[in-house]
Amino acid sequence: MSRLSAWLRRGLRALRNPLGGDSDADRTRSDLVLVGGLVVGVYVLFTVMALLGPFDGVGNVLSQLETVTLLVLVYVMLALALNLQWGYAGLLNLGVAGFMAIGAYTMAMLSAAPDATVPGLGLPLGVGIVGGFLAATLFGALAALPAIRLRADYLAIVTLAFSEIIRLVVRSEAASEFTIAGQRLGTGGASTFPLPPNPVKVLLYENPGEPLVAAVDSPTVLGDLMLETAAVFNLSASQAENILYTLLLLIPVGAFYLLLTRIGNSPFGRVLRAIREDELVAGSLGKNTRRFKITTFAVGCGLMGLAAILWQLQGQGRLSPGTFEPELTFFVFVALILGGSGSNTGSVVGGIVFAAVLLEGPRALKRVIDENFDISADPDTIIEASQGVEPLFAYLLSDSSIEALRFIMLGVVLVYLMQRRPQGLLGHRRGQAATISLPTREDEP
Amino acid sequence: MAVRDSPGRVLSSLRVNLLPALLAVLGLVLLLDLGRRLVIGGLTLSALVRFLWTGLVRGMAIGLAGIGLSLTYSILGFANFAHGDYITVGAFAGWVTTFVVAGVGSVGLDLLVLVSSDASAGELGINVLSTPVAIAAGLVVAAGITALTTVALDRVVFRPMRDANGIALLIASVGVALALRYTLLILFSGSVRTLTTDVPTTAVGVGSGEVVFRAHDVTVVVLAGLLMLGTHLLLQYTKLSTAMRAMADNKELALVTGIPTERVIRTTWLLGGALTGAAGFLIALQLGGMSTTLGWDRLLLVFAAVILGGVGSIYGAIVGGLIIGITIRLSLVWLPNELSIASAFVVLVFMLLVRPNGLLGRVETV
Repeated sequence: MSRLSAWLRRGLRALRNPLGGDSDADRTRSDLVLVGGLVVGVYVLFTVMALLGPFDGVGNVLSQLETVTLLVLVYVMLALALNLQWGYAGLLNLGVAGFMAIGAYTMAMLSAAPDATVPGLGLPLGVGIVGGFLAATLFGALAALPAIRLRADYLAIVTLAFSEIIRLVVRSEAASEFTIAGQRLGTGGASTFPLPPNPVKVLLYENPGEPLVAAVDSPTVLGDLMLETAAVFNLSASQAENILYTLLLLIPVGAFYLLLTRIGNSPFGRVLRAIREDELVAGSLGKNTRRFKITTFAVGCGLMGLAAILWQLQGQGRLSPGTFEPELTFFVFVALILGGSGSNTGSVVGGIVFAAVLLEGPRALKRVIDENFDISADPDTIIEASQGVEPLFAYLLSDSSIEALRFIMLGVVLVYLMQRRPQGLLGHRRGQAATISLPTREDEP
Repeated sequence: MAVRDSPGRVLSSLRVNLLPALLAVLGLVLLLDLGRRLVIGGLTLSALVRFLWTGLVRGMAIGLAGIGLSLTYSILGFANFAHGDYITVGAFAGWVTTFVVAGVGSVGLDLLVLVSSDASAGELGINVLSTPVAIAAGLVVAAGITALTTVALDRVVFRPMRDANGIALLIASVGVALALRYTLLILFSGSVRTLTTDVPTTAVGVGSGEVVFRAHDVTVVVLAGLLMLGTHLLLQYTKLSTAMRAMADNKELALVTGIPTERVIRTTWLLGGALTGAAGFLIALQLGGMSTTLGWDRLLLVFAAVILGGVGSIYGAIVGGLIIGITIRLSLVWLPNELSIASAFVVLVFMLLVRPNGLLGRVETV
């Protein structure tokens, strides 16, 4: 018990004092406590909100928690990938949404059936996922090759322009269906692109390709287990599938974290930090800074593409070019800045806080308010709404206004962070300069 | 060392020599293809003139919007991503005024203030010939409100961050952009509204076809031209531009020399904001419609214009705007409509590769 409280204290201290000179192992433990505490807090908060909202059985609560978890995991992955580019190497990439689109659409074009409404190559999903990752990496490298030597603000504008070009091409009539070497391909244009079924189906059903109603009749051992568990909680099969998918998503998220921490602590990561602090010095020490930056940019973009694939494969399984608007890029930036760029744990914390509190929080809160307060007014315009307190609330709580309020809040948070705490919650913690962990004095209060 | 450096050197020599040559060849090919299409008949002369004219119209509006961005970019040292939404603020402030002036008495005031689609544009009959007063009033208010908005936002957001680096300011400006756009969305709703009706036109015969000149296109070109001329005179005959140049060059030195930097910054925001608001109003006039994404949708084009012309040069912003406008329209010869915007971004990327300081850019001065 006392050890736990000591860990907790360290976790809180890490939050208060990002430059605290704890040893490596101590920091890992305190980070774990911090992230764990945050996750528990988010779940408690959302469970309470789900119970206060239109309560519809345990399954419904679980399903709502699943939605939050999926978003959290996706933004953790995206923030980690962006952290490699911006936090470590100082590359301001405003094209996140574009590289995500490349990953997701390449995967879809490789894996979709040749006779589907939007034709693809019909390759196995695994090939599609790897292909999507490689395509995003390749496009990252192609964009970086010329753009990387530009000043940070020009790089931002060029990458944003690049992502807009991608989005415009994807949604254009010309790309919606075309033929290369006798092979029909397409992006679906401005409408949606149906994706291959949720990949967990392969684990669950003997005939994963069939529609769900038929597929549940012949489950595998695992599928049987899942369906029985789902029946206990009164969950539908598709809800249970989603929950399983989200749980399995923890594996790639963990892999992202380990990979990026490994990169960050490696000699490669040290060079990146040196470039961020002073490129001239890094160059003078004989490092080919250009090549380091291009590699970093390409790997980061590939990971963004992969995150987009893992995100889009779940749920209703449709790609839409509207998903990849520049707002998405800013979302990832808010997540990263919130947690603190330059710190992988910070990216995780930022992803959790952003997705849970800023992205899903307002929606859950709206459900609670809708359920518990009887607001009868339904004004159409702000002028009608300004006639009283109740109409004003009704107007601000309408679906479109809640979305807008969310964006306003994001904007305010962004400005506040840049003014008051540009390092975020855990940003730019002191990195290890040596290859081995250096013991530091334990200064407990 | 020498061995490790050589790929970089090869690349940079490629960039210095080969890339411009390649682009020149590409430009020549496109020009020749244009001529071929004119001769063969894939493209009529009147269509070409129409593309150039509409490109000019768009370019003037983009250039006008770019002046403000270019000025603040150079003296404050950051790319202001909220600039697009300043354009939207101008459009809405101006069109609220125009609607109220044109429709007061005949249509309910609440519909007019909201520039509501229910206040049918047909009923109001707004166009430059039948309601010139309403349009003039809209232009003035658009400039005024936007100027005040930019100064107020500078006070709240950017002024406490004067010592921060350009990237921190850039990210803060993204926050301003989001907050501003979605505030407008809550106030005015996101619908696309029609603003003008029965716009007078004149057709002029060119070659075998004819080119239609819309009155609002002409208005935009004339008014934007006048505003640009006014800005030129203002900067030419006051000390303001000298002070701006000094600040863009070295802020500490400017302060030591006795230049009231905060006042110069405020004046710059007022001037840039007014031009931006006017541009927003004129863009909506030319389109005959607007929504809350009007400015954001054009932000990258304005950035492209400013960077193309050279950050800090108002003439650069104007020239850049014209190049971008004409590129977008002329690209229709080869590209489908939905990809024409992308052509402007491609021009921007190539420009940054070949000449990062822009066409008229010295070292970031006014």
